[in-house]
Order: sequence, then structure tokens, then C-alpha cells
Amino acid sequence: MTSHPTELHTDHHSLPGPDDIHREVLPNGIVILARSNFSSPSVTVSGYIQAGSLMDPEDKLGLADFATSALMRGTGRHSFDELYNDLEAVGASLGFDSGMNSTGFHAHALVEDLPLVLNLLSETMREPTFPRSEVEKLRHHLLTGLAIREQDTADMADITFDEILYSGHPYARVEDGNPTTIKAITRGDLVKYHRRAFGPSGMVIVVVGAVKPERAAAAVRRALGSWKNSNQQRLPVLPPVKLLRRTVKRHHPIAGKSQSDLIIGTNGPRRMDPDFLAASLGNSVLGQFGMMGRIGKAVRETSGLAYYAYSNLSAGIGPGSWTVSAGVNPSNVRKATDIVIAELEQFVKDGVRPEELEDSQANFIGRLPLSFESNAGVAGALINMERYGLGLDYYRRYDGQVRSVTRDEVLDVARKYIDPQRLAIAIAGP
Amino acid sequence: MPTTFTKTTLANGMTVLLKELHTAPIVSSWVWYRVGSRDEVPPLTGISHLVEHMQFKGTPNYPAELMDKAVARDGGMRNAFTFLDWTTYFETMPADKIDLALRLEADRMVNSAFDEKEFASERTVVISEREGNENEPMFLLGEAVQQAAFRVHSYHHEVIGDMADLKSLHRDDLYRHYRTYYVPNNAVMGIAGDFDTSEMLARITELFGAIPAGEVPPRLARPEPEQRGETRITIEGPGQTAYLQAAYRFPSASDPDFFPLTVLDSLMAGPSNLNMFGGGGISNKTSRLYRTLVDKQYVVGFSGGANATVDPFLYYLSLTIHPKRKPEEALSAMDEQIRLIQEEPVTRDEIRRAIKQARANFAFGTENITNQAFWLGYAEMFAAYDWFESYLENLARVTPKDVQRVARQYLRPQARVVGVYMPTGDGQTQ
Repeated sequence: MTSHPTELHTDHHSLPGPDDIHREVLPNGIVILARSNFSSPSVTVSGYIQAGSLMDPEDKLGLADFATSALMRGTGRHSFDELYNDLEAVGASLGFDSGMNSTGFHAHALVEDLPLVLNLLSETMREPTFPRSEVEKLRHHLLTGLAIREQDTADMADITFDEILYSGHPYARVEDGNPTTIKAITRGDLVKYHRRAFGPSGMVIVVVGAVKPERAAAAVRRALGSWKNSNQQRLPVLPPVKLLRRTVKRHHPIAGKSQSDLIIGTNGPRRMDPDFLAASLGNSVLGQFGMMGRIGKAVRETSGLAYYAYSNLSAGIGPGSWTVSAGVNPSNVRKATDIVIAELEQFVKDGVRPEELEDSQANFIGRLPLSFESNAGVAGALINMERYGLGLDYYRRYDGQVRSVTRDEVLDVARKYIDPQRLAIAIAGP
Repeated sequence: MPTTFTKTTLANGMTVLLKELHTAPIVSSWVWYRVGSRDEVPPLTGISHLVEHMQFKGTPNYPAELMDKAVARDGGMRNAFTFLDWTTYFETMPADKIDLALRLEADRMVNSAFDEKEFASERTVVISEREGNENEPMFLLGEAVQQAAFRVHSYHHEVIGDMADLKSLHRDDLYRHYRTYYVPNNAVMGIAGDFDTSEMLARITELFGAIPAGEVPPRLARPEPEQRGETRITIEGPGQTAYLQAAYRFPSASDPDFFPLTVLDSLMAGPSNLNMFGGGGISNKTSRLYRTLVDKQYVVGFSGGANATVDPFLYYLSLTIHPKRKPEEALSAMDEQIRLIQEEPVTRDEIRRAIKQARANFAFGTENITNQAFWLGYAEMFAAYDWFESYLENLARVTPKDVQRVARQYLRPQARVVGVYMPTGDGQTQ
């Protein structure tokens, strides 16, 4: 037996709360959140700005995504190669991700390189130059990505599902565009989009890692405190969603595949709606808890029809969705669809049993320590607190909130959103 | 509060590695068995992976649902993986709940039922898993390349197994495989997190110490004969995008050459991340192959990497071909870079950079207790835990001469397999 001491680290994390989260609002509107974790010499930076695909013109779908992908292709101070050289030489990463309602960023580095990643974050958001040759290279990458997407049964089922559920709503549009629109976007479009969409107003930035919160905030201030953009526009207001009047089923054909992807679902709450937590617990019973809840049991364990079959509640700023997804042999699509619909009927008829609700409540509370294990996990929680106005004490109050949800509330929210006669059903595959 | 590392062997031959880490109130426990797809011969390919699936189907003491429910209620996370050389099961739990995981693992080391009916449905689940894989061009190409690379050694087939065998395996085949290989003298247990070593060791001895050792057959290890000349294969499938994969013969992970080869990979294709959880994400945009292949528009993306294996396996370079290029053009450009690194020694600066990248990946990996526990047993599967602990030191010893030598020795076209996936278009079947 060998035994030798290694490095000493800090004491236990507790749940994040007002006493260990630093929150500060800069004069230019940027909200900073920081929390320390000295268990590893690394740091995570993430957050978002108020820009996204909602701003895409109809004939230039994919513009926000294209422009965001091009931020790292060159700035007033660094070429594409120089930017990545600075990052990769120290094992750091920095990337952007354009969404419908926001544009996210994420960086990971050794803590000694925090100033470097903050400076590059600031530079790429504020001074991208969109070099012509780089834009053309990127265009080919995006077009190849779209050709690959066209062959991906899961991606195409997702797109088809959104077209049905959000018919007439901006959420029906594809964030990464299509070959026609990507070819139509000019360098000038990218420049214009950047000028009106990127700015500090409404930006949230979170720093979690081996740095004291006040020092982290000071570093953010130095990098981004002077950012101004008087042209920054707000995201358009989201129109309401039209509800389906009957079940709509659509099959997107992809030849030569051995598996089809199936999505069955309906509308769901927004993250800020008061019934979100009840829906979330109901969803856990339906298709998450243990081996993917009731859906996993019916589709996978009992029938052996699918390797994956689960339900998902997608709740953000705008109207959400509540879906069941499965990957099945093309000859089993109908059988799997029938099983899922029967489960949904049961779910809205009888709701959840007392022990099922209690199981999921225990899981929601019990899993908190694991979800706060890594810096990225804590950063994600801090972002949600800010984005959805949950309050810095959200996780300190969480236990009580989860336990107070009743079976009746779960049944009410299930019936409010799920009507087995009015479902969107999307299939992609042979 | 010092953290300690302990390695010991129980009387029945089970190896136990314990690492106390008091950074978060979490414990992660892994049980590894020295059995994987390389221990299979036709018509039993895929049997190790299927046995892993059946290990979630319950024992008389812990029926499947009870087991799932118990872990989920406590907020735990668990999963299992099957690879060429090993099969592993893990649970990560809040620290005060880890005893449940120990009891479950001790129980299913001997008491799994392998119920005939459960097997019938799990067989189709795994067939569905394989059908999902077959949707991906890179799976189809990878499988063909691996088959072409190994005629004699049992690394010849994919972990998931051949469809013919998945359809014909019997319950009794699985049960025999389970009883043969799931014995304590063929197992390694690795636990990291917030516990007291002497208490933990006492509890492990209590739960696992009484399980009798068994006779484990020697591993299949028919050495692959030397390859005499390049092998080329082409497969066809749906889509618009061509892919190319070049597979070079690499030594086992315990070979001293593994370290200069790791540096070589980092310089050629960007740093590979060996962490299973967390860490990584360092891009490869300043690697030599990016500058040649992507900047000059031969490909739109690529990746490189080797697996840590017991016997010599493969180093893969995988390219997604630019729509305006032919796979052969990309291959020639890649070969030109390989020739350069074989002819001109790399600089010490380049090596220093590769080491800093590895150090960053290590730091990112230590944020996560699950990942730290993973390494305890994983390293034992192909070397010993010391391999992990001395990894950075060994990298630091690599010289430019070493890199040049291994580039010449291992990146020889005469000893590689080159596979191409030729797309047949969107509308056609394979």
C-alpha cells in the first residue's frame, strides 16, 4: 500500500447565494456576476449579449449566425491566426454561439490567462473587421455544415418540428439559414448587423474560478467598461404563438438512412412563467427521471424500440416547447408514435402519482451538488439567475420551492399545454 | 486537511485506488473490468457491450427500476462504457450517499439476473443504437478502416459488434461472458472525492472482500503482422460531403513513444483531450494541419487523435473534404506536412506550447471529481495510475529529435490505411 499527501484545497462549496456571488452593474449597462472556486487553477468566463437571429431579414436567414461565427476571423489588432495563436498557445478557448434571442460567449483558461481572454473577448466583440477572404472561407464551411445538416435525421426532425409548432412565428425559422440565404449574405450585411446588434446594453458576463470575485469584476471592468454603442438596437418583440387546432404530422424524407428521428410535442411554458417548475417536475416524471421516465420505460425498456427515447421541456425567454424524442427503425415509427401518444393521454388524464412526484422532487434537490461541481456548471446557474430574474438567493430557496409543487399543479400545467388531439409530429428519415 | 492517494489489493485480487479530495461534497466511484470488444470472437462480437446493457436490468436485491430510482432520488449520476480493452461502470453521488453505489456495484458483480425477456428487448435497443450509428458517415468509414487495419488482432471489429451477431446472440452466451469476466481479480475500483480513506477501505472490504475470485481466460492477443504497403478503401453513402480517414499504427499507451507521439499529435492536429468529463475544448486552428488543410481550403474541418490502448492500435487523422476539392488533393497536402515534420526538427518552443496545452487540459479536468475518479481506474487499464501522475513530466522530457524520430517511424504511408467516404447525393440509397 502506498500513501502520500497531495495538494491541499479549500473547504466545501455551499450552494451559490447572495453572500458569495459578486454582482455589479457597470455604467454602460453590463451586468457582472462572479464567484470563486479555488479547487483548480482554472477559470470560466461566459455570458451573452442581446443580439440574435430574431434580427435576421427573411431573405438573409443565418445572418446573425454568420456574423457571430466571423467575429474571431480578424480584428483591428489581430488576424485570425494571431487571435487563435494567443489562445491556443496557453491552452485557452474562446467561442461565440448565436441563438434566437441572444448571442452567447464562453471562455475557459488557466487563471493566469484571465486578462488575455477578457481582452480578446472585448476585442472580437467590439472591433471585428470581417476580412473578405476569411468571410468567403467561412461561407464554404457554413454551406458544408448545411449539406451535413440535410443528412442528419435529428437536425431535420427538429427543423420540421419547429416549422409545424411555430408556423407563422419567428421561431419557425432556422437560425443557421439555408444555402440560398447563406449565399446571399454579403460582407456588408455582416458589418451592418454587427454595428446595430452588438453593444453593452443588456450584456451579462459571469466569471467563475480561482480568482476572488472583486478581482474578477475589476478585470471585466478594465476590458469592457469603456464599451459604448449608440447604434445598438433592441431585439424585436416576439409575437404570440398560434396554437395548433389539430394534430399536424410531417415527414421529411432522407434516403439511405437506417434510423428515423421522431419528435412529438406541443407548446410549453416560458422560463419565467409561474407554472414552469410544475411543468419541469411533470416532465421529469414523463421522460427524464431514472432511465428517462415513463417514456423511457414504455418505448425503450418494455418495447425495445429505441436506444434513446425521452421528453424535454425547452423553456427560455420566448414561448417554449414540450417534446418527446426518439430514434427508431423506420419500420417502427408508427408503433413508437402510438406508444408515445398513449403515454401523453395517460399523463393528461391522471397526472402523476404521489411517489412519482416525490421521486422527482428528491432528484431535483439532490442533484444540486453535482450540478455545481465544475466552474461551467456554476456559471450556467448564475447566468440563469440573471437572465430570468430568479434572484441571487434562488438556489437557497430552491428546496422549498420544489417541495411545494403539488400533484394538482402538475396536472393543471400538463392539461394546459398538452392536448393529445393537437400535437406536432415530425419525422425525418427514409 | 491533506488529500491522500492509496492503492491496494484485496485478498480476492480486486485492485482498489482511493483518492481523497475535499473540494466538494461529492464522491465518484468507478468499477472497471478488463473485458472489452477485443475479448470477443465471431459470432459473439458486441457481447461485452450487450452485457454492459444487461447490467442495468437488475438483480433479485435491486430490480432495475429500484436501482434507477434509488440513484436518481439521491441526486446521483451514473452510466457505463464499453471500449476495446475494458468495460466500466460509475456512480457520482453526494458524499453522504455513496454507500448506495458501493452496494449496487458489489451486488451486480455477481447477482445480475439476465432475464430472458429483458434480454429480448435489450437486444433490439442495441440494434437501434447501431442503426443510429450507421446514420453517420464517419461511423461507416471508421468501421471500414478499422476492419481493414486488423485482420489478425481482435481490435478488428467495432465495440458495438456486427449486426449479424447482435441478431443471433443468446442469453446464455451473455450470462457466461458475465460470469467469466465479472470477478474481483479482473476488476479495478477507483474512488475519488470527499471521504475518509480508512473508513472507505473498510467498507469496500466488507462489501467486495467476500466475492470469490474466478479464473479469467488469457486475453486474446494475436499480434497484427506487419503491414506491407498502404491499404486503400472506398465506401459510398448518401450525402454531398466526402470524408477521408487515414489510420496509422500506433504503439500501446504504455510504450515510451506514446509521449513524443502525443506531442506530435498536438503540433500536427491540435491538443487531444484525454479527459472523459470536463476540460478540453482547445481549438486546433494554429496546428500545422489547420494551416495547410483548412486555411488553403482543402478541407472544412479535421481532427486527429489516438486512443490509449493495451495493444498497438491506431492514430486517426479524419478530414471533412472541402466541396470544391477531391479527397486525393487533401491527402497530398496532408502528406506534404507529414514529410516536413519528418525532415525538419520542430522547435523547442513548439514543444513548450504543447506542454502548456496539456497542463491546461489537466487543470480543466481537475475541476471535476467524476473526471478525477475516472483517471484512477482508466490509467490502470493500459498502464498504472502512475502513468497519469507522471504524464506532464514525461511530456516535458520530449525533445525535437524524439518528435522527428517518431514521425518517421510511425507516420509511414506504407503502414497506413486510407479510407474515403464518397457521397452519392441526397436522393439515392446506398
